[in-house]
Amino acid sequence: MNVTSALIGGLSKTWHFATRNKKAGIGSFLLLILLLITAFPTFFAPYDPTAEIFTPRAGVTWSHILGTTAFGQDVFSQVIVGTRQSMMIALIVGLFCTILSVIVGVSAAYFGGAVDDVLSLFTDVVLVIPTFPLIIVITAYVKSANFWLMVFVLVLTGWSYGARQLRVQALSIRNRDFLLAAKARGESSWYVIIVEMLPPMTSLIVANFLGAALYAVLAASALQFVGLGNINTQSWGTMLYWAQNNEALATGMPLWALAPGIAIALLGSALALLNYAFDEIANPALRPVIRTRKRKVMA
Amino acid sequence: MKKVILEVEDLSRYFRVGGLRAKGLLHATDQVSFTVKQGEIVALVGESGSGKSTIARVLAGIYEPSEGEIIFEGSSISKNSDKAVRGRMPMVFQDPFSSINPVFRISHGLERSLKLHRKGLSKEARKALAIELVEKVGLTPGADVLRRYPHELSGGQRQRLGFAQALASQPSLILADEPVSMLDVSIRIGLLNVMKDLRDREGVSILYITHDLASARYTADRMIVLYAGQIVEEGLSEEVVASPKHPYTRLLMSTAPDPRLPYVEIENPGDLGEPPRVIDPEPGCRFAPRCPLVMDKCRTSNPTMVQVSPTNRAACFAITS
Amino acid sequence: MSTPILKVRDLEVEYATPNGPAKAVGGVSFDLEQGEFLAIVGESGCGKSTLLFAIAQLLTYPASMVGGTINFDGVDLTALNEEELRKYRWRDISVVMQSAMNALNPTLTISAQLADACRAHTDWSDEKILERSREVLSMVSMDHVHLKSYPFQLSGGMRQRAMIAMALLLNPRLVIMDEPTSALDVVAQRSLMSQIQSLREELGFSVLFVTHDMNVVSHFSDRLAVMYAGQIVEIGKTRKVFDEPLHPYSVGLMDAFPSLVGAPRQLLGIPGNPPSLVATSPGCHFAARCPSVMEICRTNRPELVDEDGHSVRCYLVNSVQI
Repeated sequence: MNVTSALIGGLSKTWHFATRNKKAGIGSFLLLILLLITAFPTFFAPYDPTAEIFTPRAGVTWSHILGTTAFGQDVFSQVIVGTRQSMMIALIVGLFCTILSVIVGVSAAYFGGAVDDVLSLFTDVVLVIPTFPLIIVITAYVKSANFWLMVFVLVLTGWSYGARQLRVQALSIRNRDFLLAAKARGESSWYVIIVEMLPPMTSLIVANFLGAALYAVLAASALQFVGLGNINTQSWGTMLYWAQNNEALATGMPLWALAPGIAIALLGSALALLNYAFDEIANPALRPVIRTRKRKVMA
Repeated sequence: MKKVILEVEDLSRYFRVGGLRAKGLLHATDQVSFTVKQGEIVALVGESGSGKSTIARVLAGIYEPSEGEIIFEGSSISKNSDKAVRGRMPMVFQDPFSSINPVFRISHGLERSLKLHRKGLSKEARKALAIELVEKVGLTPGADVLRRYPHELSGGQRQRLGFAQALASQPSLILADEPVSMLDVSIRIGLLNVMKDLRDREGVSILYITHDLASARYTADRMIVLYAGQIVEEGLSEEVVASPKHPYTRLLMSTAPDPRLPYVEIENPGDLGEPPRVIDPEPGCRFAPRCPLVMDKCRTSNPTMVQVSPTNRAACFAITS
Repeated sequence: MSTPILKVRDLEVEYATPNGPAKAVGGVSFDLEQGEFLAIVGESGCGKSTLLFAIAQLLTYPASMVGGTINFDGVDLTALNEEELRKYRWRDISVVMQSAMNALNPTLTISAQLADACRAHTDWSDEKILERSREVLSMVSMDHVHLKSYPFQLSGGMRQRAMIAMALLLNPRLVIMDEPTSALDVVAQRSLMSQIQSLREELGFSVLFVTHDMNVVSHFSDRLAVMYAGQIVEIGKTRKVFDEPLHPYSVGLMDAFPSLVGAPRQLLGIPGNPPSLVATSPGCHFAARCPSVMEICRTNRPELVDEDGHSVRCYLVNSVQI
């Protein structure tokens, strides 16, 4: 079926691109490592991160390459095990945000008229709401801070930016004759949207996903740092929370605070690099391009 | 007497312009009537603002007519966008770049058309038919072409593909909206020949929309000249070109860049005027402001189509009174 | 015989592409006399616009001039730096672009843009600028009231006239035009060409006119150059090239236009596609599509050979080369 061949074609083009573009290469590499750690934390972590059995406040040693916390826990193990939470938030929030953005943005562009007006107004209102204060208010109000609440809040505040972007690109495709041709040959609206309109938008959708994931990582870490996450789970943000509460930087345990910070930065960079790379696929204007004459096509 | 495939009666299409306060009605096409018979190519010739593209889009079902009737193969389709009906009157678009989805192979659009319009065919039969269709428009070897992606084809090849896709639904009439305007000159002839070929071998009628009088003469059996949304002259192509009656047709003939035509010096090389945007029109001939034969009558009443020869008609007071 | 105002010798332009350099202009040489109208005709990808931009010294990355000289009135333009070039821009050489809507600033009135051009190249007073603006608009048969118009308020034909008016502000000796009529309707096209003709008769400037539609210039140009795959394949007096084309490509091209006169007949066009400019094969660029191709055409590149003012790049015609 042609759709599968289109998908395979798209995937192989993506692979080609990832292996040639420097940004994509580095980003993918980092992401891959972090994904491995997410999948097999026990393989990478030497100790149980919650075990308070070691010498507290130890510096860098062979057995504790990032030292220990004020409670005698191994920092390195905590960072490794904490990867899973941050990665999960990134991917899940990214996924839901993207799904919402696509539905809202593409529908607004395709149906136009009143539908577009209503959806765009809605998008713009959500976009303008200051996200962080809203997040804090919601999580503080609900009090029982769990993973899914955080996902919910982040998705609620994160989908609108992508919706705008995708709407614009969908509009430019909307006016292309091949959509008109598809409708003219009798395809249903749903077919046109899903099969004819979305595939050319793939790279922008992926770029959106990465952007949303990046937003999720940073926002989630910030929330956990402030103590609004579940402080008894293992994550980078909660590490920062505990480190801050025990004045790690001031009392000679800098790595307790720095390690999770650097980890967040690594995941963020991986996502950002891939985001730029996919933006370049989606928008050829960002690449070094040969000037093509658009007036007439080649014979 | 050949069968009438398409009958357009007093077709009008208006658009609201001017925003919230100044509500004007743009008469993109006004009271246009014509017929297309089986196995003939009819050209709609006009400059910008003539309404030719609007007519094509109304016929293709993209717009609904504001007034008038469209009778296709005996039944009225004015308010109907039935899939089967639309399949019998497909459209070929102007821009070879944007008329094919770039992410799918060439076979995609063709096989979808076949699936939608030719029921009861097996997958293999569809594949074979797709190869046959692309070869009918001169894209050979068919199997090879079907495997390629759009960006691997040239503009001329993509436009041929447009005709192949139109053929997939076994149409009786193909709407060709300026199919060669964006192609290089030496490639246009190839496409025009494909159109003539389809008429001769497949018996398909074609409504050929263009601004180029010479290609209309080359390709079409009959020609309809449009100005500011109305028909000003129509009839056999050869006759329209050999003895144009309406002053606008004469203007088109004299200004057409043809090296074989003798050079007609224009005394006053000022602006020869442009076709008007017709918003809330007053009665009167729309060509009057630019017409060398204008009379008082022309400014106050609308000329109607009058027979100027056994086969041709024109709408002009100066030549028919 | 006066010296030519423009002498182009062996001009070469390359585009950087991911697959290697593409030779957009592969050795073009011609002369342009004072007051002459030379039309350069060719299909998309033949290099005519690139040639024009190279002559106007307006090439930007990824295009670059890699060979040849451009001699304007005795001065080698390629040897000048930007400062020195500015002295020639608009005063001696001006450019009319393809689409006025793209070249005119949509947020400025016509008078503001004309004033802009004046101020960039002269130190005229405001009165003089206004006076000259009125003059050039009259020259192109535009009403002075349009000085206050914005481009979107003008029709396509009028916008192009405004562009030509702007090009004539400083009375240049050479006006370079890149397909100025292609976005216009047939009637507007004709009136614009006539306007250009009468201006030439009045002011005496030379015109270098690039187009894909040779019919547009058939009644106006003095000489016609046919370009294919980055080279001039035929150049001579316009009427002669139309009536007796020598190069097989020109012959094919002349035969590709349906006509409004004469008996109806079947036309064939030119089968095939232009060659890739990156992976150039040895031999004549037109060999793959030529109906009269010979053995030597596939291995050797023909030179442009002049005979009595008419030059052709073809072994079929110039048997002396074999």
